[in-house]
Amino acid sequence: MSAIAKESLLEVCAADTHTLEDYDAERPRWCKGCGDHGVLAALQRVLRKNNVEPENAVAVSGIGCSSRLPHYLNTYGFHGIHGRALPIATGVRLSRPELPVIAIMGDGDCFSIGGNHWLHAIRYNINAVVLVLDNEVYALTKMQASPTTPDGWKTNTTPRGTYLHPLNPLSAVMGMTNVSFLAQTATWLPAHLDETIEKAWDHHGLSFVRILQRCPVFMPTAFGEGGVHFPVVFLEHEDGIPIHPSLLNRGPAQPHDHRNINEAQRVAVTVDPAPMGLLYQNPEVPAYEEIRWQRKAKPDYETFLQRLDAAMDNYTVS
Amino acid sequence: MTRPRRISLPEHTVEIVSDAGEGAQKAAIAFAQLCAKAGNGLWTVEIIPSEIRPPPHTTGSASGNRIRLAERSQVTNAGNLANVVLAFNEMALLSRLQAESLADDVLVLIDDQWATHENENYRVSYRDVVEQFRARGSTILEIPLQRETLRHVEDAQQGKNMFAVGLLCALYSKDVLVLQEVIRKIFKGKSKQVVDLAVKLAGAGYEYGLANLEQCFEINAVPTDVPKVAMNGNTALALGAIAAGFELCSMYPITPATSASHALSDLFEDFGGFVHQAEDEIAAIGVALGASYAGKTALTITSGPGMALKAEFQGLAVMTETPLVIVDVQRGGPSTGLPTKIEQSDLLHALYGAPGDAPKVVLAPSTIEECYYILSVARKIAEEFRMLVIVLSDANLATGQQLFDRPNVFATPPRSQLDLSPVPTNALPYAWDPTTGLSERLIPGQPGGMGVTTSLNHDRDGKACYDAERNKRGHAMRSRKLAALQQTLQRPRVHGAPEGELLLVGWGSTRGAIEEAVDMARGAGHSVSSVHLQFLSPLPPGLKDIFTKFRRVITVELNYSDDPQAPLITEENRRYGQLAWVLRAATLLDIDCFANVPGRPYMPVEILDEAKRILATMDTKSPAQRLTAVEGVS
Repeated sequence: MSAIAKESLLEVCAADTHTLEDYDAERPRWCKGCGDHGVLAALQRVLRKNNVEPENAVAVSGIGCSSRLPHYLNTYGFHGIHGRALPIATGVRLSRPELPVIAIMGDGDCFSIGGNHWLHAIRYNINAVVLVLDNEVYALTKMQASPTTPDGWKTNTTPRGTYLHPLNPLSAVMGMTNVSFLAQTATWLPAHLDETIEKAWDHHGLSFVRILQRCPVFMPTAFGEGGVHFPVVFLEHEDGIPIHPSLLNRGPAQPHDHRNINEAQRVAVTVDPAPMGLLYQNPEVPAYEEIRWQRKAKPDYETFLQRLDAAMDNYTVS
Repeated sequence: MTRPRRISLPEHTVEIVSDAGEGAQKAAIAFAQLCAKAGNGLWTVEIIPSEIRPPPHTTGSASGNRIRLAERSQVTNAGNLANVVLAFNEMALLSRLQAESLADDVLVLIDDQWATHENENYRVSYRDVVEQFRARGSTILEIPLQRETLRHVEDAQQGKNMFAVGLLCALYSKDVLVLQEVIRKIFKGKSKQVVDLAVKLAGAGYEYGLANLEQCFEINAVPTDVPKVAMNGNTALALGAIAAGFELCSMYPITPATSASHALSDLFEDFGGFVHQAEDEIAAIGVALGASYAGKTALTITSGPGMALKAEFQGLAVMTETPLVIVDVQRGGPSTGLPTKIEQSDLLHALYGAPGDAPKVVLAPSTIEECYYILSVARKIAEEFRMLVIVLSDANLATGQQLFDRPNVFATPPRSQLDLSPVPTNALPYAWDPTTGLSERLIPGQPGGMGVTTSLNHDRDGKACYDAERNKRGHAMRSRKLAALQQTLQRPRVHGAPEGELLLVGWGSTRGAIEEAVDMARGAGHSVSSVHLQFLSPLPPGLKDIFTKFRRVITVELNYSDDPQAPLITEENRRYGQLAWVLRAATLLDIDCFANVPGRPYMPVEILDEAKRILATMDTKSPAQRLTAVEGVS
């Protein structure tokens, strides 16, 4: 490209650059101190950074506190029903693969009622950013145990303490065929959260991100008082999620090759300290919607009619 | 060699049954195509066991087809008691007696190998069943099906069916060369050796028939210039979905709906669409809804149990006013019920299955031909009214084959293009017309239209709200669309005289049988008419007016109702057929029902008998006792 052309293009782009406010819809109604605010801001930053036209992005969610996010994001949004964000997101991608899709779910939403869709979405590997905002509790329905509620914690449905060990979503994801991206971050690490969502946005395929965040109302002491006493280890790789030096106050860094599935599976089963960063990435896994679009014909109207006529011939008897 | 004597007939019904896996279905398909090619009108019904390989030589293993063929090209139903049955063993034969499917004087063609079989149990049961049929007045033709087939192949399992269809070709005086051409087409893709053998066996069966049958039948076709197609209802739905411009069908396997998706899977990609097999029924509708939300109206195809799983998503489609089409190919319920057999038991579920008040459109095709056209209607309504449209087909339409006029595919309109033109930034996602409730939807990608589509209650601006006024408005606007659609519907046509003694009201695949029963009754001087409903929600206009011109109105439905004579059943606690329930509520008239669950289509004679029975009871009552309003309400 000639220097002049490049300069003029940059000028046009500059004129079209969006501001963060362009992605603001109504004022969020989440509780003060809820991590959902931070995820919304991080998403808005990634949209601005990629200069996404607000009308071209679709945010799909299920039901729960975090699933209100599309109400507060000025893109197209679909706030659906409990556990079903991923089928809806799949439908959008299958029919309009030109639209970037972000799916937002909570822990109960994705891992419990939506469990089947979760596992199969990873297998389909649709090209979408999938965020689970995991506060380890059902909050909107007022504190019931979720699959990730810690051992022995008391909730309204487990007043004498939970009965089962919490689910490890990371190892479940790493057990699925076709997994192409897995990362973990936390809302009390805002810079790491931003970098993780950016990495997820740039990935081609289903980028699954588990975001740890405390519920300030029902689980204020979770995650070691919201990260203060929560042991983490940062996964370090030159192509991984950058580790700002300040993060090392929270926990040590550990070399990790996110392209090695066996290593990723090994890290995924560790819960203490919690691995933070990019566990796994394989950009070579084809996206389901692209497989389907490549295989279908794009007949013009005349051809369409001729083919329908030919199909009818197969059933014509006289 | 003396040729069999020919008997000319206007129509006949023949059944072919074998153990599952012995190929009676394939024989029947070949025979049906042979008749269709000759120009005979026909209607076929599959006889399908619920398992793939049930224990052989049992009534539960019977697999095959019923074929009604006629001189006239228009055959609208599966007919009455069968005139001919060709059975590969006596248990398959017995199963058709148990299904109450055979005439007393049915001509039975049965493989005679069991008479001398080494297994004594088979010998005994063969003798017993054959005697039972003789005692009923049947004619038994014992055919050396196994022995004759073994003259050409080593394993008779792989060829008896072709010998059998050759025999039927002789029995119905059809052209064996046409049959062999049909067989070559059916076996397309198989090795030359297999195809040649099938053709040879059909020829052998035909020659055997000519040499050994004393009499044969001739059902001449009335010539027609209009090109005809023969297909089953699920194939018609698949082709209809393509013609309607759908680009995505999202489904999960379920009997008896799946073959529609098979037919669509075969073709759809060549037409720029695809079938997505989802991980479950819920995801299947979710993907369709997501695609529709994104601007490409999609459909999902299922059956009763799948409808139950899709109920929450139905509510979501209604609440968000996302156009969506669901096809429910009904089967016997509740629960797993009778997976391969017909019932019309999902009407109330379709109308009321979703939680909350969820107004939606419910349509029912009444013929296989209508299965082809109905998805264009469904899609148009779904998009123009932003509504959920449920199409209720059933196992009878799904697997039966009917001859009908070849659709003019060149009249198919071009697929609509996405309109992504910008809208003002304050454009309302639900700019409800206060009279009709109608509004234009905004589609992702349209500049200025950004905003959330939510399952929560919302107002014109699409934003969640919880107050009484805006909740009431949302409900009223979603409901009003049904009234707006109802205003565009035509008053249904009455088959027979517009007034009289008895009116039969049907919906779905029972149409042909009901109208044939009405014609028989009227021919015998009875005052019976019928009306058939294609719209179940909204109901078409003029029903009360039509009903009150008759002394009695009963619905004819293939679903359960309490027998008024059964123990404990009273006027107060009797449960009615589902359409009767709906019509009683809608008209406040005392509408009764002939609603039963035989797991097969009604025969016209059964409906005729019921009509005569009702007319007889009416005669004993005062003539002044007209159809009255339900007591206590005026």
